[in-house]
Amino acid sequence: MIGKIRSFRSNHRRTHANPTRRRPCVPSKMLPADGPAREAIETGRTRLLITGAVIWAAFGCIGLRLVDLSLLHPAEEPSHAAVSERIETERADILDRNGVILATGLATASLYANPRRVIDPDEAGRQLASVLPNADATELAKRMRLDRTFVWLHRKLTPRQQWQILRLGIPGLDFQREEARAYPVGHPLAHVLGYVDIDNHGIAGVEKSFDDRLRGDREPLSLTIDVRLQHVMHAALSDAMKEFSAMGASGVILDIKTGEVLSLVSLPDFDPYRAGSADEEQLRNRATLDVYELGSAFKVFTTATALDTGVVAIDGGYDATKPIKIARYTIRDYHAKGRWLSVPEIFMYSSNIGSAKMAMDFGTEAQRDYLSRFGLLEQSPIELPEVGAPITPDIWRPVNTMTISFGHGIAVSPLQMASAVAAILNDGVYLAPTLVKREAGSPKPAGRRVVSRKTSDEMRRLMRLVVEQGTGKKADAEGYLVGGKTGTAEKQSGGSYARKKLISSFVGAFPMNAPRYLVLAVLDEPKGTKKTYNYATGGWVAAPVIKQVVERMGPVVGIAPVDPASPNLQAEMAVNVTSEGHTLASF
Amino acid sequence: MTATSRTGMTIPLTRTDTSVLSRWWWTVDKWSLFLLCGLTGLGLLMTSAASPAVAERLGLPPMHFVMRQALFVPPALLILFMTSMLSPRQVRRAAIVVFMLSVALLILTLFGGTEIKGARRWLSIGGTSLQVSEFVKPAFAVTAAWMFAARRMGEDIPGNIIATALLFVVLSLLLAQPDVGQTVVVVAVWFSQLFLAGLPMLWVALLVLVGVGGLATAYFVFPHVASRVDRFLNPQSGDTFQVDRALEAFMNGGLFGTGPGAGTVKAHLPDAHADFVFAVLGEEFGMFACLLLVAVFGAIVARGFIRALQDSDMFILLATTGLLVQFALQALINMASAVNLMPPKGMTLPFVSYGGSSILAIAFGMGMMLALTRRRPGEQT
Repeated sequence: MIGKIRSFRSNHRRTHANPTRRRPCVPSKMLPADGPAREAIETGRTRLLITGAVIWAAFGCIGLRLVDLSLLHPAEEPSHAAVSERIETERADILDRNGVILATGLATASLYANPRRVIDPDEAGRQLASVLPNADATELAKRMRLDRTFVWLHRKLTPRQQWQILRLGIPGLDFQREEARAYPVGHPLAHVLGYVDIDNHGIAGVEKSFDDRLRGDREPLSLTIDVRLQHVMHAALSDAMKEFSAMGASGVILDIKTGEVLSLVSLPDFDPYRAGSADEEQLRNRATLDVYELGSAFKVFTTATALDTGVVAIDGGYDATKPIKIARYTIRDYHAKGRWLSVPEIFMYSSNIGSAKMAMDFGTEAQRDYLSRFGLLEQSPIELPEVGAPITPDIWRPVNTMTISFGHGIAVSPLQMASAVAAILNDGVYLAPTLVKREAGSPKPAGRRVVSRKTSDEMRRLMRLVVEQGTGKKADAEGYLVGGKTGTAEKQSGGSYARKKLISSFVGAFPMNAPRYLVLAVLDEPKGTKKTYNYATGGWVAAPVIKQVVERMGPVVGIAPVDPASPNLQAEMAVNVTSEGHTLASF
Repeated sequence: MTATSRTGMTIPLTRTDTSVLSRWWWTVDKWSLFLLCGLTGLGLLMTSAASPAVAERLGLPPMHFVMRQALFVPPALLILFMTSMLSPRQVRRAAIVVFMLSVALLILTLFGGTEIKGARRWLSIGGTSLQVSEFVKPAFAVTAAWMFAARRMGEDIPGNIIATALLFVVLSLLLAQPDVGQTVVVVAVWFSQLFLAGLPMLWVALLVLVGVGGLATAYFVFPHVASRVDRFLNPQSGDTFQVDRALEAFMNGGLFGTGPGAGTVKAHLPDAHADFVFAVLGEEFGMFACLLLVAVFGAIVARGFIRALQDSDMFILLATTGLLVQFALQALINMASAVNLMPPKGMTLPFVSYGGSSILAIAFGMGMMLALTRRRPGEQT
């Protein structure tokens, strides 16, 4: 065979060696065997070789392409991957003040389909529905029949679900890696952290207010929350809510010296993974969004204003023998003494008459001025989207001034209340409450002075007095020098106050010789029990919460109990209860 | 054949053996014959691998296409052997008869054919449908070769003009269906023969330009051609589902394939057993099997060309070339479509794809090729 080709080639060369014979298309009638006929055959053979070369080159191309496809491409993702649908789901972690993870991202797989490649949507839908909880086979089939190349079927599968779907082997389905938000603490921090939507966009709480920060930066966000204190407050409030069959509760712990929110609880709460199925009562943040008439706790502000404006000195007093009649209201005392009361007595016995008289002394303007200084007339500046605006009188008449003096006719959020009382106890300097931990080395937050040091000092003694001898004895966690003020307000319903529906609260702080932590507990519609002789007032239902919280948090924050009877402390806490110079603290 | 192999111990003896079978056996290109039979066997194998999935999708019994293909293989082999025994003169006559018959049936197809997806390509005869265009290709190749050779060798007939006239008859009938793919094959056959018949290079260049112009015209005249070309050039412009799946099949198969029957591409491609059988081969048997198949096609073409080179008869040179160009081009178009080297064009892979008309016609064509390339003692140079 090879020999034959060679012989052909030599013939071929010979042909071309003779230029006179190169007119292949010229026809001639008679063709000698060795003449133009031979030449025609030779031309044909040459061109056959060219044709063969072209065909072989084409086969060669196919071979190369096969090698290219099999060897150089196999690791590649299929080119049809739905890149345009890719969703950025990564978010930074959220930590508590000690670095405990409060929110993080877990890698999960989400199921999507390319409907054009699903062979039997009905069968595929049936099979998927057998694996996915709450999935409707017809709905899935409907999606897989859409004329698109990408439809989500189920977001964020568990590894087990993914395995089961893989086992079904349905063509046209694929998985997309996504991050699912995980909240290891769960319920207790649900309101603070908030939650994200299916695409991991924050839509409530810190997740919403810091959405850009959390999505844009991989650095974790550190909060001021101490998850241990959060648990302490959550547990104590939950117990009280259960014990007194309250419909809701909220609690705040503040660092008085920095304005940092160490704990913020709202009950009832919800499962952050199922925020969508929680009802409005659960989702509402009662500590920041709800505003309440907080009742007698407001006497802290009334007394502080009176002392700071100087209309009355701490050894002064008022006649509280008769109820005050103004407009259609009659102001009377709950713990009526029916006599002249000193300022400490008015405060510790929570006298409405005395407080109203104080307010009338310093007047409406001073009241507005001081309430504004305490941050009670505008929204709390806390870094949460769910912040309620206070409700204040449209026209501030004398009667408003009187009722506001004991906490009626003005509604503020529990957090506002906590910050205001903390300001009075922080040597009279207001600090904006914050949820974001200050970076080490950054300057201390600048506050603003709201009352004098002297007023602050007098208020801290008066608040200790309430727990020692007044309405707040049940808040006295032994050795922690708790001080505070009870609050019991009747809830307004349809324009009048409902006797049985109370907002019972206690705003406390400790240790009162040098106030460091503010603890507030509010119970919404608590019911009295046998143990409380059917009382549901702040002193009976909220004060024990404070005691429990302080006792549990003391060791956590490193405050050791002290002996309240020690002479140094006695001197620090001394108050003249009566104008005659009787020193109650020496009892 | 056993009888001849017994005597075949010494070659000179068989050359003088007078029996037809013996003469055939010792003159036919046994390599090509062996490779063609191998292709037919591979065709049955691939039909069994690819078609059950397709049949199931069409609601037919899984083995429907396998049974039908098995039914067509014996007659195809018979045609291959019988045709290969013909003498060049008989080949010419057979081709002319088949050509005339095909043209007549093509005309009939235009009027009485079954319309599928906007094209009339199938003629229903006695319960079976026939794709006449498959038969016209080999018949035209031989008929045109005869005309060109006659003209070239100085016989007093306007062979080139007749061949070209025949081309236009076939062309118009195929484009009327329309069937652009078959048209391209027939024109390529005609052109390669004209080229071999000594067409001046200036004319060659001119005709290449005309060919390119013709393809461009097809792009603008036939919307389905335009759509396929657009999607080839710019995959984003439309649905490239079939090609994507075919490419995935090759990537998925890797070097050695997923194993017979283990592929998935056949479940998605509507023509897995015909136009995209190469992709099924790639997925289930791997790259090496595909390269082997390409080599087999290449070897058959090479064997035929080498035999033709040794022949001094112009007609045999041209006819063999025409038949092999048709054979090679079909294989090339089918495989190039599957690996996305060109816009997808429905073309059967000779002997491997499912299809009755296709396998019978290609058997006829290759039978003629074998007959023409047989050694003819005394006529060789």
